[in-house]
Amino acid sequence: MSRRVLVVGAGPAGLYAAATLAAADVGVDVADRLPTPYGLVRYGVAPDHPKIKSVTRVLARPFSAESVRFLGNVAVGVDLTAADLREHYDAVVYATGAARGLRPGVPGDDLPGSAPAADFVAWYGGHPDAVSAERLLDARRIAVIGAGNVALDTARMLLKDVRALADTELPDAVLAALDRSRVTDVHLIARRGPAQARFTPVELRELGELGVDVLVRPDDLVLSPDEVRTVAGDRTARTNVEILREWARRPERGASRRLHVRFRTRLVEVCGRDRVDALLLEPGGETLPVDAVLYAIGHRGTPLPGLPFDEVTGTVPHECGRVVGVPGAYVAGWLKRGATGVIGTNKADAGETVASLLADLPGLPRAAEPDPAAVTALLRRRGVRPVTWEGWTRLDAHETELGRRQGRTRAKLTDLSTMLAICG
Amino acid sequence: MTYTITSRCVGTKDESCVTVCPVDCIHDAGEQMMIDPVECIDCGACVPICPVDAIFTEDEVPAEEQDSIEAARSFYGSGGPS
Repeated sequence: MSRRVLVVGAGPAGLYAAATLAAADVGVDVADRLPTPYGLVRYGVAPDHPKIKSVTRVLARPFSAESVRFLGNVAVGVDLTAADLREHYDAVVYATGAARGLRPGVPGDDLPGSAPAADFVAWYGGHPDAVSAERLLDARRIAVIGAGNVALDTARMLLKDVRALADTELPDAVLAALDRSRVTDVHLIARRGPAQARFTPVELRELGELGVDVLVRPDDLVLSPDEVRTVAGDRTARTNVEILREWARRPERGASRRLHVRFRTRLVEVCGRDRVDALLLEPGGETLPVDAVLYAIGHRGTPLPGLPFDEVTGTVPHECGRVVGVPGAYVAGWLKRGATGVIGTNKADAGETVASLLADLPGLPRAAEPDPAAVTALLRRRGVRPVTWEGWTRLDAHETELGRRQGRTRAKLTDLSTMLAICG
Repeated sequence: MTYTITSRCVGTKDESCVTVCPVDCIHDAGEQMMIDPVECIDCGACVPICPVDAIFTEDEVPAEEQDSIEAARSFYGSGGPS
């Protein structure tokens, strides 16, 4: 009997791990608490970046092998206990990501009208657990705090003409809400200078092509000698600064929406009696009136039962993917290295983890009951109906057909019970 | 839009780009690495990792490197990697 490994989380890291394991003739189950695979490719990558989403054609490959199964709608830790995992698998790779968006930890940062950008992204991405951000779009002036690609995606989704999003996979309710949006001004606020921004230049440039007025304070783009050196040695930083300088030269044209970009600006307080009405900013002690604020300042993982966890980094302590102190447990992706990097980063990341696992495998105790059918039987006895790869394929086809009738590539469903019913 | 590897790769061929490419669309094309312009999903993962700064979007390819766009097209158009 071949060795059996459970991968927890069907995002890019989990699926690259599954592919590498399958290539080494290991039997793999990939569990996800949702009925859908692809993790942040489905729920995080912006709907107007369909080409990046086409990475799914590669991520889906492991499931063409008989030895790899998808167990959607299975919550490891709830539907399967630690004892079950020991009974049925030789090793477990945890790749549950870093879904929790951070708040800045300043007074007022949890006032109504404020939210982590991750929550806004989950909503427009159609995540079944997302809270509707519809009310947020009553705001006219919204601040986005952060200097990475999540901040750019958030600002773009708030500013972009809804007609330019009509052919995307956005859930119907999100399209309708964006259509009613009252947003006129988005303030992108970064703590550090333009040379330290973590923007991907292509995505920064995109923000300047939305037909909105972009307002950059020229003084913010004056670089210190240190920043001049950074920019000289880093093409990404150099390109970002060039894009921002071009924006700073643009005349204001009276567009109906405006993007205000400011650097070297620190949020010290979110002000308001019972909801956000202003931000207190340093230096200068300026009060910036806004109706809402979104924090795009990073993500953290969630602790998993039975695994050590570093609260500061939001990651599981590991050595080359081996969870410290827990033989047979491994981590990959954002849970392992923190919320950094791009989709492709997970390939090498998961590769390292699986190399460790495969090296250890001969010395790991064998599962007492390695028969794949035993796991599914156990889940059924507990009233859990795992979504198979075929089941997901039915939902995929349903969404694609729904989209086709509306003249778009896909129309995403977001109601979990409807999704499960279609998966069958 | 897609990404293109310019002749700055020649003599280095570091292959870090192959490691990070999520769709395995970067291949050894003899003197240098090349990106399959059809398979590329425009994620940009290869750009910052390149030690010789050889990778650009087609729009950004420096004037003296314009040939690299057509070179990749014809390399893959003619059957690509064997």
